Amino acid sequence: MSLSKDQVHHIAMLARLKLNKDEYADSVEKLSRIVDFVDQLSRADTVGVVPMAHPLDTAQRLRPDVVFETDERDRFQENAAAVSGGLYLVPKVIE
Amino acid sequence: MSGAAKEMHAQSMSELAAGLDRGDFTSVELTKSLLKRIAALDEKLNAFITVTGDAALEAAARADKARAAGDVGTLNGLPIVHKDIFCTRGVKTSCGSKMLDNFISPYDATVVERLADAGAVVLGKSNMDEFAMGSSNETSYFGPVRNPWDLARSPGGSSGGSAAAVAARLAPAATGTDTGGSIRQPAALTGTVGIKPTYGRVSRYGMIAFASSLDQAGVITRTAEDAARLLGVMAGFDERDSTSIDRPVPDYLGALSESIKGLRVGIVRQHFDAGLEEACGGRVKDAIAVLESLGATTVEVDLPNLDLSVPTYYVVAPAECSSNLSRFDGVRFGHRAENAEDLLDLYCRSRGEGFGDEVKRRIMTGTYVLSAGYYDAYYLKAQQVRQLIADDFEQAFADVDVIAGPTTPAPAFRLGDKVDDPITMYLNDIYTIGANLAGLPAMSIPCGFVDELPVGLHLVGAHFAEATLLRTSHQYQKATDWHTACPGDFR
Amino acid sequence: MRSSWETVIGLEIHSQLATRSKIFSGASTAYGAEPNTQACLVDLGYPGVLPVLNEEVVHMATMFGLAINATVARRSVFARKNYFYPDLPKGYQISQFELPIVEHGELFITDAEGREKRIGITRAHLEEDAGKSIHEGLDQYSGIDLNRAGTPLLEIVSEPDLSSAKEAVAYMRRIHTLVRYLGISDGNMQEGSFRCDANVSVRPLGQETLGTRTEIKNLNSFRFVEKAINFEIERQIEHLEDGGEVVQETRLYDSEKNETRPMRSKEEANDYRYFPDPDLLPVEISVEYIESVRQQLPELPAAKQHRFVDEYGLRPDDADLLTGSRALADFFETAAAATQAKAQLVANWVIGDLLGALNRDGLDIGDSKVSAIDLAGLLTRIHDNTISGKIAKQVFEAMWDGAGTADAVIEAKGLQQITDSSAIEAVVDDVITANPGQVAEYKAGKSKLIGFFVGQVMQATKGQANPAQVNRILRDKLGG
Repeated sequence: MSLSKDQVHHIAMLARLKLNKDEYADSVEKLSRIVDFVDQLSRADTVGVVPMAHPLDTAQRLRPDVVFETDERDRFQENAAAVSGGLYLVPKVIE
Repeated sequence: MSGAAKEMHAQSMSELAAGLDRGDFTSVELTKSLLKRIAALDEKLNAFITVTGDAALEAAARADKARAAGDVGTLNGLPIVHKDIFCTRGVKTSCGSKMLDNFISPYDATVVERLADAGAVVLGKSNMDEFAMGSSNETSYFGPVRNPWDLARSPGGSSGGSAAAVAARLAPAATGTDTGGSIRQPAALTGTVGIKPTYGRVSRYGMIAFASSLDQAGVITRTAEDAARLLGVMAGFDERDSTSIDRPVPDYLGALSESIKGLRVGIVRQHFDAGLEEACGGRVKDAIAVLESLGATTVEVDLPNLDLSVPTYYVVAPAECSSNLSRFDGVRFGHRAENAEDLLDLYCRSRGEGFGDEVKRRIMTGTYVLSAGYYDAYYLKAQQVRQLIADDFEQAFADVDVIAGPTTPAPAFRLGDKVDDPITMYLNDIYTIGANLAGLPAMSIPCGFVDELPVGLHLVGAHFAEATLLRTSHQYQKATDWHTACPGDFR
Repeated sequence: MRSSWETVIGLEIHSQLATRSKIFSGASTAYGAEPNTQACLVDLGYPGVLPVLNEEVVHMATMFGLAINATVARRSVFARKNYFYPDLPKGYQISQFELPIVEHGELFITDAEGREKRIGITRAHLEEDAGKSIHEGLDQYSGIDLNRAGTPLLEIVSEPDLSSAKEAVAYMRRIHTLVRYLGISDGNMQEGSFRCDANVSVRPLGQETLGTRTEIKNLNSFRFVEKAINFEIERQIEHLEDGGEVVQETRLYDSEKNETRPMRSKEEANDYRYFPDPDLLPVEISVEYIESVRQQLPELPAAKQHRFVDEYGLRPDDADLLTGSRALADFFETAAAATQAKAQLVANWVIGDLLGALNRDGLDIGDSKVSAIDLAGLLTRIHDNTISGKIAKQVFEAMWDGAGTADAVIEAKGLQQITDSSAIEAVVDDVITANPGQVAEYKAGKSKLIGFFVGQVMQATKGQANPAQVNRILRDKLGG
């Protein structure tokens, strides 16, 4: 199955990826090939097979409700491009 | 074998440990000599993204001091390299991406912490495919790594920098991560030893996630003995990783010396189909014959869904990666686009500029297979097939202790050969991916050459059978000397 | 609402769980810290970090499930809900999708006709809260504070069983009372610990199929819930009656203008791409665990209300009010146990004078200036006729102002009731002598005047005479 340009556009938007014109053309072509390739899965007989979400067949471990983190804001914010008054800055959001 | 007679860089980690114990050299001397070698030779390979010379020398001095005081950790003073996917405090951790070219990790990964606590000296951070997505190291933002056996060829990926560094004797050992073969495939293509433990055996905390249900940390070394030594330190429960297993770590080193008499080795019929280059198949069969000569018996086993493992992987891994990589949005860390018009523009351009082609492709594949209308046909279906593949292995391990076969279909390919064809590139992982899907331990060891290029023997074990894999490999290496071969330019 | 239309409402209530640390990290959940000082690497979604589940949230969700008579899942799964938003650092929210921890519960409210109405609770699932965006004072930027990111939430989803804004509020209050009873949430609505989204649709009376619904996001007071739903019902009906169609969309309530409007940021069609979170394993809960939690459950509001009616003979309304919070109910029971006075009298005092004083001073029951034991002491003095109910109010005010126990106030101010018959008789005699005209009218049959005489006597005794005795003596002396 081939992907259309619109589909690729929609996917790129969902994934928040800006692609330039060449990247678009390349993506349409390569993603279509990948999708064709994984389409092989349809021939597997999986009736009644429980999907395997995880290689571990165990249960989630629980942690005691204890606060062990301390304030390291300044250190953590060294990696941020724009902060002010301890806040991370993004272009204004309108709700 | 006399350790003192060999140059330091030519020695395995165990030999170096003995040398340090005997006082043949100090850790500072060893570290200096390897740093010098990296400075001289790495421009040919591009195996390093960051060399942490000063920190390494400080750590070496501390190790020497500790040794003098009689306090000796398992890896005290021994140099290693970390794949640049492991967060290292105060050091750039790029994951091979422009996205994180400016990222200084504020914390250490559990693997980094454990190795440091055992006294290891970190020489630097190794090059890799961007976010571990690739089988050739060509997707790295920092340029491809070259194979020490033939500089025109790829060392494999994604842990290509780690493998090349170890093969070229720039370091005795390096950490790696393996999501679909990213430790074992480069180990095979560079003539080194690579082990991917059971899923959950080694903590994933601080290892930048590609596909969380498949990723597992391991090591690349020149001998199985060194792999055992390192794995013993890295493995074990970590309360910061919900998927880490709370189960005692066996004495891997101690188990090496046992013979493999009576070991049941599974041979998978499908492994020797048309996809495998004949000469490679020959080397692998020779290796299996060596195992038989050591007392192992072979049993034919069937993995009927093996051919579906690659398509399964290329649904599951991109799906998880599309979500795991959503955190890279230019806000709290990583590349941020300049002069964004609005929030959407900030997101789309930061990510569009920060990620390379293959990463974008996988994010989009993953987004697609999880999206409304396609989830059942792709993601859910792949999870079902994943279960079938895991069941195949489980059945096989009812009859055998290890499964032996080729690690890759062919020896190292030329750089640029497959970069434009994702499917051919993906098929390079056909023999390795199954272990990730089923969460099984697996390793690759050198088993000969084809046209002067190394070939790897792939061993897969049942869950938590790392000791069996290491013992089998060690016994094989005692009987053969493929692992001692060194690429000509790097003797 | 107009009579030819029927409203269908479902609520999604988000209740923050009162844990010390976050659902997946060891950062504090305390409210009001400086921005991002309680956001650790896990909350910030740093590369490489991983979530580990807080056991207390499982405990709290189990309590809630048992309290609403629901199925607590033996196995539940965390899933990722993928979308980009600045207050969502990982680009996905860890939530539960296909296999929530609680399913098929119920709760009862009283409907407009005073009947009990069952409201189905489809599910309650665990998830992490998002951070906060701050839009003021940053020019062309918004600021992101991730202190709240990772705070545990229980999202409680009702069936579309609610048919008016009033019912929606009644249901939300019931849940609010319940989570506080269980001690699993502080229910603080100002701080956003308890808020809801309302799904509202209308349909012509008798129509089977549901109308198109809109979702009103983030309502954080009972008053806003009622107003927003009522506005939305009217808006939809008007629109439909004008021949329009309701668009399925997310809307925001503007409390200043009392209107709802479409939410701009959610315009893009969402495709959340839910899938099981591979960093977390299925949560498994044993039958033994569920039973042990059941053993520890406190008495629930509905049961307590029934008990208050049965055991204390209270009016149902009063029992309902007193069981509105565990602290208030405990206060009542402590007071009732410490006095011989009738329970209904205790209830009247708690609901009337005590709540009145608390309200006036803006205090919680826990900060009451008169303790349950001291209130009981006061009511005992009414019961044993030491003081009248009227004097008691005076005594209560003095106690509230810190004058000590009822006995101390009565003693200090000399407020004991006069029960000495001869003393009362003397006063009665004086009153009769001083009011010959009224006496004559009374004797001529204007029996209502007895009230006048009682008033005179009480005035003369500064209210301290025993009213019953005064009545009896007056009637004796005035003749039948």
